[in-house]
Amino acid sequence: MNWKRSLVAVLVVIPIVALFGYGLTRNPREIPSPLPGRPAPDFALMPMDAPSSGEEGVSAPSLPVRLSDHRGEVVVLNFWASWCIPCRDEHPALVAAAERYQPKGVIFYGVLYNDSPDAARRWLAEMGGQPYPTLLDPGSRTAIDYGLYGVPETFFIDREGKVVYKHIGPVTEAILTTRIEEILVGSPRGDA
Amino acid sequence: MKAVILAVGVALSLASVTPDPAQSPGVVDTALEAATARVASQLRCPVCQGLSIQDSPTELAREMKDVVRDQLAAGRTPEEVKAYFVSKYGEWILLEPQPHGFNLAVYLLPIAALLGGGGVVAVAVRRWTRQGGSATDESAEEI
Repeated sequence: MNWKRSLVAVLVVIPIVALFGYGLTRNPREIPSPLPGRPAPDFALMPMDAPSSGEEGVSAPSLPVRLSDHRGEVVVLNFWASWCIPCRDEHPALVAAAERYQPKGVIFYGVLYNDSPDAARRWLAEMGGQPYPTLLDPGSRTAIDYGLYGVPETFFIDREGKVVYKHIGPVTEAILTTRIEEILVGSPRGDA
Repeated sequence: MKAVILAVGVALSLASVTPDPAQSPGVVDTALEAATARVASQLRCPVCQGLSIQDSPTELAREMKDVVRDQLAAGRTPEEVKAYFVSKYGEWILLEPQPHGFNLAVYLLPIAALLGGGGVVAVAVRRWTRQGGSATDESAEEI
């Protein structure tokens, strides 16, 4: 009778403990993204600042930037905000990667997330600038389209316009280099 | 012209940054608001702990609710709106797990536990009544 009872207890307790143990290995804050492997959602966003044409008043053409305009190019899309602390950590890495890979045809864009352009400009001035444009995303429509849940998040888009990889949290130069090289090697320029 | 577009864009982004409950101009479509609230209460707020975007006061939740409202106003069904969010955030975004695959455990385990517990109780009760019954039988015989 007694061994039967302990057997039942063991059979009940072990699965529960195993389930809890498994739960401890998972990060509840990590949201699985269905996006990698799928076409990147297109967007048409105004740049925060028109590319400087030099002349005041004759503001340079500030047309909306469309992702579809960059079909055939590798695009790195970084969502950021001036109020985001980890964005400070990753900024130098993004600048370095942009300076290294823009000459090789890789396109970099920042997307401002729930922030005012003024605060963003101040932040950029303080951080020593950004060698690529930042786009404005009113109402966070594009952010939601990308399944964003916080900043920073960085999306790597290949020449076919597919999201290859999504990085949550601050990127490092090593991550940027590895991912960009992977995409460059993986999809060599077919046309052009 | 470009400057105007930019100004409007900036104004829009500013408007979305400052929380303004009375942002909808003029009439409020109560039916649409109700439908929006219904869908929004089924969607998880990505930056909260177990809150729906209907219940969350955060910026992102409010913006997601705006997307829900716009899509419903554009004629999408609540199911289509939810499918949109699932395609962006995964099934995680639904507060209520969909009844398929491993998720079925959530629905079936309580029933299984209830049946199992009921079985245990039934067996125990039968045992007790049998003991009790035999006891009264004995006492009846004694009299």
